[in-house]
Order: sequence, then structure tokens, then C-alpha cells
Amino acid sequence: MGVKKIGKQTVRLSEGVRILAAASTVSKKEGEGPLGKYFDKIVEDSTFGEKSWELAESRFIRENMELVVQKAGLKMNDMDYLLCGDLLNQCTASTFGIMDFQIPFFGLYGACSTMGESMCLGAMLIDGGFANHTLVGASSHFCGAEKQFRAPLSLGNQRPPSATWTVTGDGAVVLGKKGNFPCITEITTGKIMDMGVTDANNMGAAMAPAAVDVLINNFQDTGRKPQDYDVIATGDLGEIGRGLVVDLMKKEGFTMDGRFTDCGIEIFDKNTQDTHSGGSGCACSAVTFCAHFYPRLMSGEIGSMLFIPTGALLSTTSSQQGQNIPGIAHGVVIEGCGEKEDK
Amino acid sequence: MDTSKRAKQEYDQMVKKASPNSPIFTNCLKAFFSGGLICGFGQLLLDYFSKTNSQEDAALLVSVTLIAISAILTGFGLYEKLGKHCGAGTIIPITGFANSVVSPAIEFKKEGLIFGTGAKMFILAGPVIVYGTFTSMIVGLIYYFVGR
Amino acid sequence: MVSFLKAFLVGGLLCVIGQILIDKTKLTSGRILVIYVCLGCILGGFGIYQPLKDFAGAGATVPLTGFGYRLADGVMKEVDSSGVLGIFTGGMKAAAGGVTAAVVFAFLVALVANPKEK
Repeated sequence: MGVKKIGKQTVRLSEGVRILAAASTVSKKEGEGPLGKYFDKIVEDSTFGEKSWELAESRFIRENMELVVQKAGLKMNDMDYLLCGDLLNQCTASTFGIMDFQIPFFGLYGACSTMGESMCLGAMLIDGGFANHTLVGASSHFCGAEKQFRAPLSLGNQRPPSATWTVTGDGAVVLGKKGNFPCITEITTGKIMDMGVTDANNMGAAMAPAAVDVLINNFQDTGRKPQDYDVIATGDLGEIGRGLVVDLMKKEGFTMDGRFTDCGIEIFDKNTQDTHSGGSGCACSAVTFCAHFYPRLMSGEIGSMLFIPTGALLSTTSSQQGQNIPGIAHGVVIEGCGEKEDK
Repeated sequence: MDTSKRAKQEYDQMVKKASPNSPIFTNCLKAFFSGGLICGFGQLLLDYFSKTNSQEDAALLVSVTLIAISAILTGFGLYEKLGKHCGAGTIIPITGFANSVVSPAIEFKKEGLIFGTGAKMFILAGPVIVYGTFTSMIVGLIYYFVGR
Repeated sequence: MVSFLKAFLVGGLLCVIGQILIDKTKLTSGRILVIYVCLGCILGGFGIYQPLKDFAGAGATVPLTGFGYRLADGVMKEVDSSGVLGIFTGGMKAAAGGVTAAVVFAFLVALVANPKEK
């Protein structure tokens, strides 16, 4: 067992890694949602002036990454590593989005949990002494995801009530060593969980067990309970998935109260925006963290939070071959600016 | 977390309980009226075309007209707006079949006219043609040997 | 007017059956279309669809079961007129008009239209 490892799935970073800046760029629908005024940039046209949805996503990534580095008061060349991913086949949105930066790059695929995965690994790189600054993020595009995973946009079909709506945009943060910024202190890496869900229109149900596994392991490894955090936020479980997590956690003897929310519930207003169970996609947790939670961590309003982006591991091939939809989730413990002196 | 077979079955029950059902009654009502109206409109066309054409030609003219209307609506992104509310009411009529041909033809245009539009046009309609043709052959075969 | 009402009623009911299938069995629209065509073809082969068509007109021919019926009707007529070869040619011949219309219009529309966000 490594010296920084505490318990089965959790590591405690020796210094803590600071989140120097966070930026979010989204499309019109997200801008019309409850978090609309907090996003850094809202692009009215989701093609972003590009020829295809795929190129549009790349542009979301490129412009948002440039923005976050600028917000951190740094230059792109200061970044030692770039870690990000998306939902398109072979992560091509990321490839073409960040290619011009010419920075050492680890492409990631964690489905919609990618923001968690990139933050975890980016922080570990710094804490391990391999980097001074890392740039990490995740993106998704509603139209690109529909085209690849579901049906052509102009096909007249109905979305069932359990369906979620892929968020269009990119969220990215710059990680570093020093300064009075929100601090990543612990990381709970998730395992792949398969509880036999096959309905591709009920992703919340597919991912809820993975979130529960991370929660339980985080509590066991750190000796905490849900009430020790000010906020626990899962990635894109939506209303249905959140409810399932509460039920599953009750069985395990934990009470998940109002501190527990889900980025997919925060980002859209399900009554007026017709998003059914909530938001989803890599960008869902990424932009919600950057626009909604980061400023509150920064101001000290949130003392500590457990951020758990969740992902459903399926492809059209695995789905058509009748495989189950396993889930994955990664937990990131972040301390706000107010309480840092304790550590 | 418990991942035994029993836990999976229990979870399956939990998921079923937690997931809201589609509002099947209102959906059916909408499907009935929208689908009925499309067919009724088809009947008006049929009556009109029957005046100057044989019955079979008139039926074909109805199909072609409806397909053309559906293709244009799909092109303007309007058919999916109807489909969102009407469900099967706009899937089952021949207009729905046309929509399933036109929508991938547009969506995959970016991958080129050959392997995009040309190939992907049939991702939904292909199976309909394959199984329709196959079934018709079986019907023909049976009819040839026993039907006549 | 009576013919309109008959078409409305029968066509509407065929759609309701499809809606129940979608909501209860989680079948996707692509599968529903396949089921409807095959069903129409089989019912046509057994001579069951013909009376429905005589009663409802477009109410029976516009839904995709009507497309299946046309395949069955075509293949049987072709077998009558040209024997065993009709098994191969009848279905496609009957479907030719509809399929060609769908393909040609789809291509033309795809040339001018671009994918739109929902």
C-alpha cells in the first residue's frame, strides 16, 4: 500500500492540490437554466460557427481551456500536463480541441465521470511531484451525443420520463500547488459497478450503484459520515438516480439529507426546460462544478464538499449486443477557502 | 456494496418503483388523434385522386404525397416537434417511415453524400425493407404452393 | 365524410396499438416499424387485411401495416400472373413507388437541409 493511501479506495494528498481557476462555456439551453448567470460564456448557436457538432465540441473545449488558463493568470505553456476527455468515439472532440496547445496530453475516457477522473489524476500528478500545474476538464455536446448514441435529431420519437438531457459545453480547471484557493485533499477512486441495468434511457439507475460504492468507501476510508460534508454532489444521476442513491444508502445505514444534490438536477429546470430526469454528459458535472460550486468553495460558503462525477459505460455496440450498462464514479474531496487552517 | 444476484434483483425492483411510467393514457389519446388525422387526410387525398385514377394508382399517389410532405417537414425540423407529442401517431403512418429515411440522411450528411447520406439513410428504414421483403417472399411462397 | 371518419378511427386505433407497444415494452420506433410491416404482410397473406382496407380505406393503407399489406397483395398478384418468379418480383414491385419516393425525397431534402438542434 502506498504511503498516501488510506483505506481501500481512498488516497490523501500530502500537500493538497489547489484549484487555481475554473471556467465553463455552455450553449443556449444551459444558459437558460437556473445556473445561467454563473457560466463564464454562453454560446447562443450550438454549432459555434463550425461545420459539424463534433467540430463545435472541439471549439467549446479549445476556447474554454484558453479561458481558464487566462483566468488563472497563467500562460498555456505553464501547464505541464493536460488531461481531458469527452463522449465522442475515440475522444476525437478532445483531440481536435486541444491539439494546437502542444502540451503533454493524457486523453481520458470515463464516460460522464470524466471530470472526476481528470481532476483526480491531475491532482495526483501534482502531489506526486510530477507537475506544477495541470489543466483538466471534460466536455460533451447534446447533438453529437444524440447522433452517436441515440437517433438522428430530426427523428420524431419520444423521450421517456427517465431520460436525461446531455449538456452542451466544456468545464475545465487549472490545478496548482500554492495559494489561497479551494483545495483537493482526498480522492476516492471508484470501481466499475454493474447491477444489471440495461435500459439506455435510464442512465441514472445505471450509475447510482457506482455513486453509492464511492460514497460508502469514502465514508469507510475516512471515518466520516454524510453530515461531515457541507455538500455532496453527484454528476448526472438526475431525479431518479438521486432517489435511488438515497434509498440504497439508507439500506447501508447512511442518511443522505438535503446536503446531497446532483449536478444534473441543478443545471436544468425540469418543469420549464423539458429535460425529464435531468442533465447528463461529461459537461454536466464539469460545468456545474465550475460555475456553481467553485465560486462557493472560493468564498468559503462551502467548507468541504464531496464531488462525485458519475459515468455510464456503454457503447452502441455493447448496448446492441445486449450487455448491461455498468457505471463508474470518482470521488473528489475539496475543501473551501474558509476552513483550510485545520489541515 | 452488495452485488449478489439477489441484490441485483432487489435493485431491479427499486429501479422499477423509482422510474415514472410514461403517461400512457394521454400518449394514446394524442397518438389516436394525430394518427387518425393523418389517415383521415390520406383518405381525403385518396378520394380526390380516385376521381381521375385507378384505385391502385390513387393509393400510390396518396403515399407519395404523404412521403413528400413528411420529408419537407423533416427538413425544416418540424416533424420531430410533432413526433415529440404525437408519438406513435406520427411513427406508424407512412409519414413516420419517410421521417425515418429523411432524418438520418440529413444528420449524417457531414460524413459525405456516399457513406453519410447514402449509407445511413437506411439505418432505420433498411430493416423495414429487409423484413418486409422477406415476409412478402414467404407469403408468395406459401401462396404459390397452397394458396392458389 | 363517412370515409374520412372511418379512416380516422381505424388509423387512429392502429397508432394507439403502436403507442401501447412503445410505452409498455420499450421497443424503439425502428422495431415497431418492422413489426408493423411484417404484421401487415402476414395479415395480407391470410386475406385478413383486405376487408379492413375495404372498410377503412386510407385508415388501413396509410399506417405501415398497409405497406406490408401492399407487399403481400403484390406478391400474390404477381404469382398469379407470372408464376414462381412472382415470388421474387411481386413484393418489391408493389413497394417500388413508396420506397423510391422516400429515397428520392430524402436525398433531395438532405442536399438542402442541415441538422438542427432540438
